[in-house]
Formats: sequence, C-alpha cells, structure tokens
Amino acid sequence: MHKTRKRLHWLDWLILAVLAGFVFVIWYRISGTLNYKWQWERIPNYILRWDEEDGRWVANLLLQGLITTIRISIYASILALILGTILGIARCAENLAIRMLARTYLEFLRNIPPVVVVFIFFFFLSEQFITALNIEGWARGIARQENNGVWEFFFGDMRLFPSMISGTIVLALFESAFVGEIVRAGIQSIPRGQREAARSIGMTWLDEMRFIILPQAMRKVLPPLSNQFISLIKDSSIISLISVQELTYKTVELVASTRMIFEAWLTTAAFYFILCFGLSLLFRRLEREGRA
Amino acid sequence: MSDDAPIIELRNVSKFFGPFQALAGINLSVVAGERVVVCGPSGSGKSTMIRCINRLEEHDQGSITVDGISLGEDTKDIRAVRQEVGMVFQQFNLFPHLTVLENLTIGPIRVRKMEKARAESLARNYLERVHIPEQAGKYPAQLSGGQQQRVAIARSLCMEPRILLFDEPTSALDPEMINEVLDVMVELAGTGMTMIVVTHEMGFARKVADRMVFMEAGRIVEVAPPSVFFTNPESDRARMFLDQILEH
Repeated sequence: MHKTRKRLHWLDWLILAVLAGFVFVIWYRISGTLNYKWQWERIPNYILRWDEEDGRWVANLLLQGLITTIRISIYASILALILGTILGIARCAENLAIRMLARTYLEFLRNIPPVVVVFIFFFFLSEQFITALNIEGWARGIARQENNGVWEFFFGDMRLFPSMISGTIVLALFESAFVGEIVRAGIQSIPRGQREAARSIGMTWLDEMRFIILPQAMRKVLPPLSNQFISLIKDSSIISLISVQELTYKTVELVASTRMIFEAWLTTAAFYFILCFGLSLLFRRLEREGRA
Repeated sequence: MSDDAPIIELRNVSKFFGPFQALAGINLSVVAGERVVVCGPSGSGKSTMIRCINRLEEHDQGSITVDGISLGEDTKDIRAVRQEVGMVFQQFNLFPHLTVLENLTIGPIRVRKMEKARAESLARNYLERVHIPEQAGKYPAQLSGGQQQRVAIARSLCMEPRILLFDEPTSALDPEMINEVLDVMVELAGTGMTMIVVTHEMGFARKVADRMVFMEAGRIVEVAPPSVFFTNPESDRARMFLDQILEH
C-alpha cells in the first residue's frame, strides 16, 4: 500500500498553479467580458436586516430560507428515519406480500428522477391530503392567534405551514426509500444467532426487533445513514419547485429581484456547504466516539 | 403429572432441508430431571434435533411435545415452550450491545415481565452460580470465550427454564477454557435440571449422562446408559465413532 504523503511534491504545485490560472481566467472573463458588477456588500443585508420600525435585527430572505431548510431537513430526517425503518423491516419480512410492496416502493423511487417523484407526490398526495384534512384553515387559525410563539418557533410563519408540511412529507417519502435500504442492510448484517438467542428466551418478534436487532443494526449503519441525511439536506433544494420557501426558493426570489446572480448563489452554496460539511464532521466525531 | 411422564417427547420426527433429509423418524422421550447426551458424527442431525425442540427449526413430520404443549404453528405455544426451554449455543450468541447484566435481565424483564430490581438480583445470583459475579458490568466482547459461554448459560438460567438444551457448547472454545464451562455444566446437572447436551466431550458424558444417544444420518442408532455405551456399544457405527474420538 502507498503511504499518503503529507507534503506537496513539485508536481502538486504545478497542478495547483494551473488550477489557479484557470480560476483567474474565468474571473477575468466574468469581470471583463461579461462586465459583471460585483455587489458583495449588499449580500449581508439579505441575511440580516435592521428593522427600523421595530428597532431590531430580523432575518431577511437568505436567512429565512436557511432556517426553513434546517427545519424541513430535521423534520424530514425524523420522518424518513421512521418510515425507512418500517420499510427496512418490511424488506426483511417473512411475508412475501409485505416484502414485495416494500420492494416496489423502493424500485419506483430509485428509478424515477427525484424532481418527477416530488411533483407526483406533491400533486397526488400532499395536495389531496392537505385539502382533505383542512390543514390550511387550521394553520391560518393559528397564525391569527396571539400566543402562537411555540408554533412559530417550530414551523415558522404559520401561513406557510401547509406548503412546508407537504414539502417535508414529500422529501421524507422520497428519502425513506433509501433509508429503508440502509436499514435493511443493517438488519441483514446481524448474525442469525442473535435472532435465535432472542427467540430461545421466548421474546416476541417485536421485542426481538426493538431490543436486539435494531439497536445493533442502527449502530452498524450509522455512517451510511448520516450520509443519507446529508443527501437529504441537499435534496431539499428540489422542493423549491413546489414553492416551499426554503433556501433555494428564496435565492431564486432574491436573484429575480436584484440580479445579483453570482453573489446570491455563491452565498447560498456556502450556506449549504457549511450545513452539510458541519454535519458530516459532527457525524464523523460521533462515530469515532461510538467506537471508542 | 407423574414423574415418569416424559417432559419432552419426539414421535417419528422428520425434517428436510430441501431434498436433504436431516432427521428421519426420530423417536425420543426424556423424563424430567434426566440428562441426555447426544453424540454422533457431524451432519448426523444432532443439532437439528435439539433445535426442533424449541422450534428454532420446524419439523416437517411427526410430533414434538414439550411439557404437555404440542409444537405447531401457534406462536403462543411456541413462546410458552421457549420460556421453559433454555438453549446454549456453540457461538454463545450473547447480545454484544448489552452488558453482561443486561444480557441476563432482558429475558426476565421483557418476557417474564419481572421488575428490573428483581431481575438484577436474580441475574447476579446466577452469575455467582457460573463463577463470574465480577463481570456484570462488562460487555461480552471484553470477556474470554469461556466466560462468554458461562454468561450464556446464566442467561438461559435466568429464565428459570425446566429444560436446558446445549448445542456443542464447548466446540468454539480454546482448549484451556473448555473445563471451566464443563464444570459449570456438571454443577448444573447436580441440581436436577433436565438437560439435553450435544457434545463431543466424552469425559463429561461419562460423568453426568443418564443416557447416551448416538445419531447417524438423521437417525437415532443407539440409546444406552454411558456404562454400556462406552464399554460395549451395540452398533458397529457407534463403536467406530468412539474409536475415532477416544483414540487420542
């Protein structure tokens, strides 16, 4: 096996120099040929804005979007984990019908582009569901109330609650298929002897899953699972297409009104990067601690 | 129930793995308190037979009755039998994510619905019995093979079963650890526990067995008390087998 070098070779320097030149050329073309006027100084105002009337800092477009993205990612992750676990268990079921249903669900989601899936789920499921349960009216009722601080903390502007909740469900349904595959792999990696031992002391199927199989399986699949949650955050940008006002949606809005194409998208990219990279560092640390 | 009524009864039990017949018409009755040692060449169906007794394997033909309950499709019956029948595996099969104490108490707490405090004192009691009370807080991976197997025995005992099945309990152990496990099993035999032990440890068999069962190709070839079995086995096949394993 090769030892990974810690110091740069002259060839590495050359590669870096070529890359730097490349970046410079692009930069030059943007500023020269395109005659693009950078307005970075306007960006912070779209993150935090000083509200003259209230005399306090308030979140503007980008930060509002980021907060919504974080909220949706958290709820969708939880929902996807629950659904995915059920799906993973179903994939290992003895009953053929259950196994086939779970498999069908997975294959559909795996072989259809996410954008198409999101539209299908949104129009055929979420809209019907939201209308049927009259969630819209219910949320508007809460938005009108005086003491809705708790609701606002968890769900943001309650007038946007229906769109946010459908976005969350759509995202969770989509990701749950992949979480399900990961959970299935975890369950199948547990040696048969563990089940036999659980059964031989008279455990029910449910107890066997809850106390013996799943705790071990989940620990084993923590790395791919955390990857999937990071994917979920990135995939959450897709639900901007169904008008969920998360980070990507807000950036589109900002670009449309200010024409700061590069600044806005680079800022948004940085937000996503910090969120995902931070999370992956956190997971890596958790794994290391879990192993120690 | 009279003392002579069998606690385990296998009648004409057959079992197939695909086209392969693992058990071919097994008849065996075991009375309460009896210690039966099952031996025979590998692939003869010893493990399959005892795994049928707590239905880790399903038999295809014949009937198995344990403590008055006939084993069939009924999951309640199966669980009732499993609570009365403990099993010790070749690979220990301890739960690696639980401490030794938790391994022991999870059965009583979840299956017998025992209070945690009571289950723990029960568990400590049985850890004492298998001579490792000081390991209660450790995880299985921190123990030696012999210790792990003794924990596994204690785990079975915590369910306070009437019957214990041993599936080659010392086969996965390093030689120097075999005796610590066998000692525990000998002590257990002294308590009047009904035991069916699949093993190649003939010294142990001589010491504790009431009956020896010799199997080959899915059939019980010979059943005899150890005094007869080891000195003057009836069948040629058992004689050959004994020659092979007692040679050295």
